Order: sequence, then C-alpha cells, then structure tokens
Amino acid sequence: MPTKVEKDSITGRETTGHQWDGLKELNTPLPKWWLYVFYACIAFAIVWAIIYPSIPMTGARGLSGWTARGAIGPELEAERQSREPMLAKLRAATPAQIAADPAMRAYALAGGRIAFANNCAGCHGSGGQGAAGGFPSLADDDWLYGGSFEAIHGTIAHGVRNGADADARGIAMPRFLADGLLTAPQVNDVAEHLLGFTGRATDAAAAERGAAVFAENCASCHGEKGEGNREMGAPRLNDQVWLYGGDKASILRSVGYARAGVMPDWAGKLDPAIINMLTVYVHALGGGE
Amino acid sequence: MFRFLRDHGIIERNLILMGVLTLITVSIGGLVQIVPLFTIETTIERVEGVRPYTPLELAGRDIYVREGCYTCHSQMVRPFRDEAERYGPYSLAAESMFDHPFQWGSKRTGPDLARLGGKYSDDWHAAHLRSPRALVPESVMPPYAFLDRPLDTGSMKARLAAQKALGTPYTDEMVANAAADLEAQARPDAEGAGFAGRYARARQGSFDGNPAVVTEMDALVAYLQMLGTLVQFRDVTPEQVRQQ
Repeated sequence: MPTKVEKDSITGRETTGHQWDGLKELNTPLPKWWLYVFYACIAFAIVWAIIYPSIPMTGARGLSGWTARGAIGPELEAERQSREPMLAKLRAATPAQIAADPAMRAYALAGGRIAFANNCAGCHGSGGQGAAGGFPSLADDDWLYGGSFEAIHGTIAHGVRNGADADARGIAMPRFLADGLLTAPQVNDVAEHLLGFTGRATDAAAAERGAAVFAENCASCHGEKGEGNREMGAPRLNDQVWLYGGDKASILRSVGYARAGVMPDWAGKLDPAIINMLTVYVHALGGGE
Repeated sequence: MFRFLRDHGIIERNLILMGVLTLITVSIGGLVQIVPLFTIETTIERVEGVRPYTPLELAGRDIYVREGCYTCHSQMVRPFRDEAERYGPYSLAAESMFDHPFQWGSKRTGPDLARLGGKYSDDWHAAHLRSPRALVPESVMPPYAFLDRPLDTGSMKARLAAQKALGTPYTDEMVANAAADLEAQARPDAEGAGFAGRYARARQGSFDGNPAVVTEMDALVAYLQMLGTLVQFRDVTPEQVRQQ
C-alpha cells in the first residue's frame, strides 16, 4: 500500500498516509484528557490487583487479605448484635406477652411480616389467605390445630407431618376406599351425609345410610356432628370452609384416598425469636383466639 | 523511548507476524487462567455431606436443564448480607461440585433456588408446577402441568455412566443399580435394596402424590426438594471448610 504522509490543508493535521479510492484519513491524536484517564485506569488496576485477591499461586489473598467470605461474617455478626437486645427479649417472652407489650408487638408485627413473606407466603398467600388444594387460610377463624398463641406457635415450630420433627402435628387419615375400609357406595353415602351438614345433600336416602357409616368411621375424629377436633387436626365438616374443596367430587376423593397436608418444622430453620414474631403476626391476621 | 509503539504499522502490514503475535497474546491470557488450577490439588473445598445426585434427582435435574429453569432461577446464594438474610447460608463451591454443568445462573426473574429444599411440601411443589398462579397469584412462571407424564427411566444407567466419565464419583454399583435406585426412591414401598446405603440423606417418597407411576414431576420435585440440604450448616462454619 502506498504511504504518503501529507498535511491536510483544511485542518492542518497530518494524514495517516493511507489512501482508499482517493479518501484520506486524518491522523488525529486522542484527546489528552482521555489519554490520561486511560493511564490512570491502568495504574488503578495495578494497585487494585495488589491490594485485592487477584494473583493466583500467592494464596490469592492480596495485601488487604480481603475475601467475600471474610467480609460477610463480621457484617452479619454486627447486624445480629444490633438486633440482639430486642431478639433476646422476644426469645424470652411468650407470644402472648409479646402481643401485650406495645414495643415488642410493633417489632414482632414488622419483623413477622417480613419473615412471613419470605417463608410462609408461598403456601399461605401473601396476606395469609391460603390457596385451594390444601393450603389453609390463616386470616379466618377456622383453625385445624387451634388459633391461640400456644397452638399457632406449636404449629409453626414443629410443622405438620413433615417426618423431620417428632412433635409435628397431624395424624394420617385412613384411606377408606383405597385401603378397602369402605365400599364405593358407602363412600358415596357418607359424602351425601357430609353435604347434608350444610343442607346440600341431593340424595336423602343415601344421606340417611351415610349417617351410620359416618358415626362408625368418621365421628371419632371429626365429631358426631362433624364439628371437628383440633387435638387430632380433624377439620370441621359442618361449615362451608373446605381445605380441599367442598363439592361432591372433592369430598369423594378426600374420603376415599385421604388428604395429608405437610408443613416444614420451622424450629429447625428459624431463630426462636423469629418464630415468636411469626406467631404474633399470624395471630393478628384476623383469626387469632 | 516509546518510538517502537509507533511501529505497529509493521505488524498491521504483515499478516503472518500479526497472527503469531495474536496467538502469543491470547495464549498468555489462557495460561494465566488455566495453569494455576493445575498446581493446586483441587479448587473446591471438600465439604461433609455433599454426595452425587441420586438417579431420580439426576433425572429431575436433567428436566430442570431441559425446561430452561436456569434462565429465570439462579442457584447461588452470594455472600452478601441481604442474600444470606433472605435465602440462608451463602452457597459453597462444593455444593455444586457434581453439577455438570453447574446451574448457578445469572438472572433472577424468579427467586434463587439454592436453598429451596424442605421449604415447601411436595404437594406444594407439584401443585405449583402444574399451575403457579393458583398458589402465587402474582407469579409470572409458566405452568408445567405436562410434567405429569411417565419418566423415561431407560437411559438412567447411561446417564450415570456419563456423569461418572465427567468425574462424578459414582461407583460401579451405583451405575449398575441406577434404574432400581430410581424406583426405590420414587416408590417408598418398592424393594430397592441398598438405596439408602448408596445415597446418604436421600428422601424416599411419592413426590407428586401418585405412587402408581414415576413421572417427570416426581423427578423434578425430588431434585428441588434436595437443593441446598446436603450440607448441614448448623454443623459447619466457613472456617471449617476453608482450604489450606
């Protein structure tokens, strides 16, 4: 390529000497400010590389000895220390005492809201409204295991049928059809009887027959009138609140194959103070007793 | 002094010289990154509790990769206070040492899943995968109801063998029993002799609520339920796992 550096008559700058189809390129230097910032960046990078861990085979520690892991430990510890005075009080108090003390209650409701959103809202909904298919509402007064402070605390701490906590709530309901305890017609009869509790039975004769089946098989846990039993976690059957659906198909499925909700044991995962805060928060959602 | 810098025209005009110098420059960059790894015994600290995936979990992980879950979910609790507060202990390299490829991800449209195991019930996972908005109304996750189809278990042995070839310490016994172990984990009442001995802390159960058929849902839920549960953080502090 022919190279002929010449001075451009308009700008007064030199050209690069290259020529493409008669087009010439000016050899304009980079602006000084840009160049010096660039050099400063190089210098900064060298200093950074020495101070922070970057050079392998030297232990990759750097002069400062900084590590992400080393940095987070003290940070978490400092945060824990700043919360500790209040957390210690919340740990020592019962949920009922926390709810009675304005300062502790305000702290517990604020903290409980965060802990609930992080750990509980997936199943129980962001407002504790629950979800169809076995995820109970915590905002109403229909409780499986009770809505007192003690009962809520026990359920949160030990969970339900999780296989990890010996004190977990919940017993196994028999699978009446699947395990051959009842025949299909008997299950149908008892379902009609259950619908009859809320005046929805469509087959009076079947409901009549179902009463005897119910008394023999269901009443020991769910109560003679289907009023439920919180000791067993047996839901009330004579209201319109249904955990797994109250239509006949859902009831047939529930009686025939049983239902068994599972909840983790949070005592193994969360600080006791957090569990107390959650208890107070859930109690305040609307259904606390 | 910097006169030679202006002679780069020589390089620009000489294609072979430019090629050789480019090769040398790129090689230096590569060697600086790669060679140090050969000089240390391992780049990953051994941590108590981490084991290879069970066949069912591995099948679930393959579904996780197939469906592109990693495009919206990360599996990496970074060592920041906000992440540790929300998700739990930050991730250790060892926890993904048997991931080929790793699923750290780089985008969180959904939450991080590195500590998901045990947080929800199996029922919740199955219901949520079938219809995310039925449980979390504000969710933008697509439904995966089609996962309720039988799992292809025929290739389990080959999949374990492939993982073994990549360095995962599956024993010959594990590879030989791959299909049986998968059944044993998904059907609590199945025979499955020796499953618990081969895979520590592996939960057996009917993960999708239907013990009759081993479905893709079973596999995916089994995988999701073991994420982040292998290392017992009550027993381990960062100091204990720091490599010397």
